[in-house]
Parts: sequence; structure tokens; C-alpha cells
Amino acid sequence: MVNGLNLLFQFLDNFAFIVLAASGLAIIFGIMGVINLAHGEFILVGAYATTLLSATGTPFLAGVSLPLPVAILVGVVVAGVFGLVVERAVISGALPNWLWAKTRPPLANALPDGASRKLPKTPLVSPLYDRLVDSMVATWGLSLITVQLVRIVFGTSIPQAGTPFGAINYAGGAFSYSVYPLVLSGVAVVVLAGTYLLFTRTEFGMRARATIQDEDTARAMGVDTERTYTATFVVGSMLAGLAGALYAPFLNLGPQFGESFLVESFVAVVAGGTSVVVGTTAAGGLLGGVNALVTNLTEAPFFGRIALLVTALLILRFLPGGVSGYVERLRERRKEA
Amino acid sequence: MAAETTGDGGGSEGIGGPIARIRNRLEGPNTLGNSRGFWLGFVVAVGLLAAYPFAPGAIKSILVSTRTLSSFLAYGFLALSLAVVWGYGGILSFGQSVFFGVAGYVFGIVLINVNSPLGGTVGLLVGVGGGALMAAVLGYFIFYGGVRDVYATIITLVSTLVLKTFMDQTAGDEWTIGEAALGGFNGMNVPQLALGVGETSVVITSYNSSFFYFVLAVLVVTYLLLRVLVNSDYGRVMVAMREDEQRTRMFGYRTERVKLTVFVIGGALAGMSGVLFTTWQFYITPAKFGLVAASLPVIWVGLGGRKTLIGPVIAAIALQFVANSLGSLWANVIRGALLVVFIMLLPGGIVPRARDLIVFAQYRLFGGGPTAPDPAEEADPEVSDS
Repeated sequence: MVNGLNLLFQFLDNFAFIVLAASGLAIIFGIMGVINLAHGEFILVGAYATTLLSATGTPFLAGVSLPLPVAILVGVVVAGVFGLVVERAVISGALPNWLWAKTRPPLANALPDGASRKLPKTPLVSPLYDRLVDSMVATWGLSLITVQLVRIVFGTSIPQAGTPFGAINYAGGAFSYSVYPLVLSGVAVVVLAGTYLLFTRTEFGMRARATIQDEDTARAMGVDTERTYTATFVVGSMLAGLAGALYAPFLNLGPQFGESFLVESFVAVVAGGTSVVVGTTAAGGLLGGVNALVTNLTEAPFFGRIALLVTALLILRFLPGGVSGYVERLRERRKEA
Repeated sequence: MAAETTGDGGGSEGIGGPIARIRNRLEGPNTLGNSRGFWLGFVVAVGLLAAYPFAPGAIKSILVSTRTLSSFLAYGFLALSLAVVWGYGGILSFGQSVFFGVAGYVFGIVLINVNSPLGGTVGLLVGVGGGALMAAVLGYFIFYGGVRDVYATIITLVSTLVLKTFMDQTAGDEWTIGEAALGGFNGMNVPQLALGVGETSVVITSYNSSFFYFVLAVLVVTYLLLRVLVNSDYGRVMVAMREDEQRTRMFGYRTERVKLTVFVIGGALAGMSGVLFTTWQFYITPAKFGLVAASLPVIWVGLGGRKTLIGPVIAAIALQFVANSLGSLWANVIRGALLVVFIMLLPGGIVPRARDLIVFAQYRLFGGGPTAPDPAEEADPEVSDS
């Protein structure tokens, strides 16, 4: 049976999940043209950092038990640092290039002339910005490494922090729903608003938008695009870490934790298109609604997921640029009229 | 940047004998290895593989058993499928595991319900057909929907995940097709494969080397046929589309139709792989749709070389061999690290680079052309681990 309150709660729950899962991915994809298949692992890092600090009985930090909000903040920072390392070492190739620049001259001096000419030139590797396929494959490799390392270090599961806030009962106690995901839907709205403000009202946002529109011109105007990219990647990682940190007390935690976010986040980015705020909001609302409705009708979460995918496929069938691409087109037309 | 040829582009000069005519069909600018040396190496490598079941037990215990090696060869089809789809069609797909798994399950369902040689034959065909059909449906949505390439990739990835979610929850009794219970994430047991119609049948089982020879023969034939395909006029259209879709469309080719065809061929190849792997393992589980399973073909093609057919197959066999020797704990770390390092350093893949080195060495040593003796290393899976 479909119950109005049930549907509403389910919708808020799904909306929060999709928005939180997708926002970091959407920012990195929209601005850098990098498809981050290790997105789930950034979420995983945030979740593990939070859990290690807040739950008791965890490996390495058994006695440490910070209050959850503090642990969440630390989790976000840890994910951001992880993102910074990944960006410098892999996505931008800055670290390997720097190492090679340091090691090449001594090597060239040590080797005979013919051989030293054969050494690769500097810079050794080119960045993965806007190389969609290559960035996908490289981040995929990262994802494999991270998941397996987490499995080796922490085993298949770790003790979790309890879910705060309890549950509400309604319809005379016939139904109950956890309060926590409903709180998260509020957090999701805050994240969207924050992202909007970040990109419209700050110096960084202006640089980032300039970089998206025309990288060469932006660089000619004095925007340090490489730094913008790095900052963007860190912001995206932090948002992913936030999603992980927030859901760490609520979902099953293990090395596969990131995978449970992958479907929703990628589907949302595909359906939403490249514009971060418009796309993520629209996708979260639309897909969350479909998912809630179908789940409620069939009483099987799985069919909700299938419906979500089918909806995304249909959106793409009729709006190849996603929802935000369609909004762009409408704006263009209105300008012409 | 199409892959360059080595030397004279084939053995078409001189007499137009049958061999030259066949080589003409097999060789062209779209494949590596158009020299006599390559074919010599190829024959030697296939010969070595064919002789492997007769190798002394000591060697097998150090390397791999014949039975395990046949599973590596079965994965060769999966590598070929993505080599065609990504390397020649320019469509990066994480969905090859979907076709692999669907074919495996379909094959299993047919074989459980009709456990006879006829069932085996039908199951094989229906399984491969199922892979192709699945690819056709997914591909129609993607290519005729005008989905841009990256989004296409994401859709294939999502399909993989959704199918896994679906198969994981098929444990209940309502998920039984005829006699075959799908069995949720425990998977489904499949009887051994026998091929034939009516009275005449060949039992092919991975308990002895008959299965190994079957897989090897089909793999070699498939490889040669694909070479003919990519070096035909149609192959030129595929490569043109990979290089510049807009321009190809301007010349009047229907690129979405070409893409769909490529995708369906890839689906059938992945389906073949799924059928063979299922019959090798005697069961199939939804883990075959998992993220790791979906990433394997991408790793093979990424490392082996995107614009070749032989590269991904060599990479598949070599990497499976490495993973098999390592044990499962560190295998994924090694795979991931290889992937990251090689995408950054050699975006074109290892095998083309190895070919360049071999050719370079030939010129340095013999000063001659591509007919120098025996670059067998190129086709020898044991050497490409370096």
C-alpha cells in the first residue's frame, strides 16, 4: 500500500542519498573533465576515517571515541588530503614529473651519450584533465588498489558507530522511519546551497567557471588553472568524504562500501549533465522520486533501483546532454527570442 | 594515428598463390604483425600452446595446469571482445562482463533443462546469441539515443552493477526457469558440455585436454576472422569512426549503425567467453558481473594495446597467469598499480611498444626489412610480462 508519509520519507531519504553521493563526482567531472571511477573509494576513505574516530573497538584506534560531528569533520578533511595526494600523484602527474626532473640529469650524466638521448624527456607524463577515457582507466586502477588495501589492513568489516536520533513512529505505531536520513536530506540541501554559493560568490568559483568556459583564455588572463584544478579535485573529494562520513553510521561498512554509492552517483551525473548544482538537484529530485514511488509500489528496493536506471536511460534517450544540458538549451532559445 | 605497418604491408608481392591471397585478407594497416616473422612467431606460439598438455608434470606444477590454462584462453575471447569494441570501435565499455554473465547464465539454463549433446549445442549458440542480443538492446539505447561516448561508458558500468544487484537477489524459488534455479549469489551449477546433434556427440570436459583444444582452436579461428574483419573495408570504416566520428558521418556512413554492429560483435565474443568459462567452472555466480570482473577486460586492453587484437589476448593470458601465481590477496593491488602506471607512461599499451623495440632491434642487427628471422617473443605470452 502507498502511504503518503511513507512516500515522503522515502523520497527525502533517496534525495539525500543521491545528492550527497553525486555532488563530489559532478564537480570533478563538470570542471576537470575527469571521470573519477575511484569516487566510491573517496567515500570509503571518509567513512572509515569517521568510524575509526567515533566508534569504539575499531582496529588501531580502539580507545578513541570522538563525538560524531567532530569525527565527520575529520573524515571530510582526511578524504580531502587523500584527494590532494591522488591529484598530485596521478591526475595531474605533477609528482612523477617532479621526480623525473630530479632524477633525469644525474642519470643522463652517468650514462654514455647514446643511451642518455634515449631517456624520456621531461615532463614525463601529461595530465589526465579532459582525457576522459584515460582518467577513467587510471582512477579505476586506483579504486582497485584502495579497496584491496582497505581489505588487507582492516579485514572485511569493522565495528560501527550507532545511528543517532532514533526513529519516528506514525500511523498509530504501524510504521516507523529512522530520523537520521531525514536529517541528511537537510544536509543535502545545505550542500547544494553551499556549492551554489561557492561557484557564484567566491573568487575560486569565478576562476573555476572561467576555466570551464575557456581554459586558454583564463590562463592568459592570469588564472592559475592548474591550481584551480587541484582545488576543485580536493573540494570534490571532500564532498565525497562527507557522503561517506555521514552514511558511515547508517549503512553496512566494509571494503565494498563505496560500491553501494556508485550506481546512484553515476546515474545522477549522467542524467543531470555537467552543470553541478542544477544537474544534481534535478537528478536527485527526479530519480529520488521515481525510486521512492516504485519502491513503495512494489515493496522491493531492487525494482526502485531498476526504475532509476531506466529513468536515466530514458532521460538520456531524449535529452542527450542531461537535464542541465536541456536547461542550457532553453536559456539559449530565450535569449534568441 | 592508425597503427603503422611494418614493412611492405603484407606478402602480396610476387606470385599470387593461395597463401599470399589468404595473407592479403589477414594483413593490413589496422593490425600489428604483418610480417613473415610475426606469422612464424604466431605459429610457434600456437604450437607451443597446443603441445602444452603433453608437457612434463614438473613444468605444469611450476607454471599452470592445462585445465587452468584453458580458462585463461577462455578469457581471451573476453579480451578480444573489448579489443574490438574499444580498440576498433572507440567505445570504452565496462559492460562486457554483462554479456559474459548473461551468456553464461543462458547457456546454463538451457543445458540444465536439456542435458544432452543437442542441449549443449543449442546452449552454446543461444548463449552467444544472448550475449549479442543483450548488447544489441543496450547498444540501441546508447547509440541511437545519441549518447556521447563518456556517458555511454557510464551506462555500461551502471548496467553491470544493476545486473549484479538483480542476480544477487534471485535466491528465491520464484527465480527458477524450468529446472534451473538461478540461486542468488551462490550461483548456479552447470553440467558438463557435450556438443552434437542427435547420435553423434563430442563430450568436451575440462577434466581432460579436449576442452583445452576446443578453446584453443576456436580462439585461433576467431582471432584470424577478426583480423580479416578489421582489415576489410568495414574495418576501415570502424577505424575511421574511432578516429573521427563527425567526419565519417560526413562521408555518408551511418556511424550509429556501425557502432551498434561493433557492439553486437563484441557482445557475441564476450558471450562466447562466458559460455566457455561457465562450462569450465561447472558453475556461474553473479560475481562475474562485479566491478572487478568488469574491470578485467579494460585492464587487458589498456595494457596490451588498444589498437591491436593480439595485444589484449596476450595481456589477458599473461595477467591471469600473474594473478594465478600471486594468490588473491595482492592480485588486485598489482593489477591496479599496473593499470595506473601504464596509463600514465604508455597510454598506447605495451604490445605495440614491444613491437617497435623488436623492429628497431631488427634494423640495428640485420639492417634489413621486416623479413628478419623470428621475432617470436611478440606472440609468446611468457615473455610479455616484462
